Amino acid sequence: MNGRQAANGAIWIALLTMPWWMNALGGYTELGTQVVVLALTAMALNFLLGFTGVLSFGHAAYFGLGAYGVGLTIRYLVPSTPLGILVGVAVGTVAAAVIGALIIRLRGVYFAMVTIAFAQVFYFIAFRWNKVTGGDDGLISWTRQPLDLGFARIDILHNAIAFYYLVLVLFALAAAIMALLLRSPFGRTLLAIRENERRARFLGIPVELHMWLSFVISCLFASLGGTLYALLNNFVDPRALHWNMSGNFVIMAVLGGMRSFWGPLIGAAIFVVLQDYVSSMTENWQSFLGLFFVLVVLFFPRGVLGVLRRRAVS
Amino acid sequence: MSLLRVENVSRHFGSLIAVSGVSLVVEPGELRAVIGPNGAGKTTFFNLISGFFPPTKGRIVFDEYDVTKLAPHRRVKLGMARTFQITEIFPELRVRENLRIPVEVASGHRLRPWLSRDADEEVRARVSELLEMGGLTGHADRLVGELSHGDQRATEIMMALALKPRLLLLDEPTAGMGDQETYNITQLIRRLHKDQKLSIVLIEHDMRVVFHLADRIMVLAEGAVLAEGTPDEIAKNEQVQAAYLGNVQEKSA
Repeated sequence: MNGRQAANGAIWIALLTMPWWMNALGGYTELGTQVVVLALTAMALNFLLGFTGVLSFGHAAYFGLGAYGVGLTIRYLVPSTPLGILVGVAVGTVAAAVIGALIIRLRGVYFAMVTIAFAQVFYFIAFRWNKVTGGDDGLISWTRQPLDLGFARIDILHNAIAFYYLVLVLFALAAAIMALLLRSPFGRTLLAIRENERRARFLGIPVELHMWLSFVISCLFASLGGTLYALLNNFVDPRALHWNMSGNFVIMAVLGGMRSFWGPLIGAAIFVVLQDYVSSMTENWQSFLGLFFVLVVLFFPRGVLGVLRRRAVS
Repeated sequence: MSLLRVENVSRHFGSLIAVSGVSLVVEPGELRAVIGPNGAGKTTFFNLISGFFPPTKGRIVFDEYDVTKLAPHRRVKLGMARTFQITEIFPELRVRENLRIPVEVASGHRLRPWLSRDADEEVRARVSELLEMGGLTGHADRLVGELSHGDQRATEIMMALALKPRLLLLDEPTAGMGDQETYNITQLIRRLHKDQKLSIVLIEHDMRVVFHLADRIMVLAEGAVLAEGTPDEIAKNEQVQAAYLGNVQEKSA
């Protein structure tokens, strides 16, 4: 237990002090922001994958809906960052609630395939609907707006560090809610479903309802991740909805360790760092990522954190 | 008022008739055994009672509710709990968590994002009580997947009991157990029946267990009821001896 508290403390200190050490290590603030945004989404996916045992290969749908939600709101409706975030999250969550209700009876690979299919539907809509979404060129001519708190104005557009802390606050809120849920009676029913669906059902748990709730919660935070991703880049394009993106989140969760709460954060950090550093040396950075992924899955099926945790126990 | 009334149920799988026109009445506090050779339809019959699938024909009434087409989790809520022939537990969770989950479900906490301190203490106390009853206190913090077969079976029975059922369905509780483990489980079932007046239906292959425990026995063969009666009546029944008991006694002799 103490080991876990120490690990939690270390992670939060590292996140809170990121702007100071990131530059010293040769990185830049936006790189840290990107890690936190992708980590939020990968952790949201892992709520479903690692803690409910349901594999979605289509989380880019909700990530992308969040991203387009905030972009379109600021571009066409109201130039307000918080409102844009709210709209993005609402759109992603409502879509998840409806799609989830349609597909929650499917299992395993069938569920995974249908999640991909739905995500591709949104991808093609974004791709084709040139007039509104900008199509393949992406949605441009909008930027994140300064935060107006009434008593103060925070310029998150030009101040990268201020934007990082906005992202971190939302990340902390999401992580806290997910952690609270996972330690609750509701969270334990999800573990029960992951471990043995039949047993869960015959212990009186309405499995489909609980899976659906887990799916919607997971997609809610994935769309929050999507809104922040769009705000970080001041840009959205259909790749945010592509199944490549869904696959990236699965890779992050598996790399870091699906059974650990912080695993996807570590996975996202490895992913972003590999992408940033290796892609500056070779265009084939994805080959290196793929190789690394294969090695992890072959030799450390519980991911990086899974290995560290086992060391700590033994 | 009977606790469970199964009226003339049948279940077909394509052209296979797994259960054909079986009826059963269980009175409150009764311990009823279902025996029969392999493939007699015992587990299918259990699956019909617990709602794994609905019967092709017939009706199932539990505590005056028609549950024929009710989903399994709703039957649990009405007071039915079951174990499986092949142990169904949460292997990568601790024994304590395996018991905690059904305790929380039974207390109506399953959708709660947190518990009050009082509710949490109540849950913990109930879990300790179940650990104690199942002889699992020493293993409470181990992963249940690491336990011996006997302790896993005991955990599964305690999980079912955690639901505070009024009817407990046990599918071969002593399957694959050694003599000592069989004895322990038999004593546990006996205590539940005698001390707590729990109504139990059990499928069992071990005749010592069946004749030691059961108030009444139903014999199934090829999906239909071959005989029904007290242990004495069943032991004397020539048809049963021919079809089933004879073989077993010869084997064990």
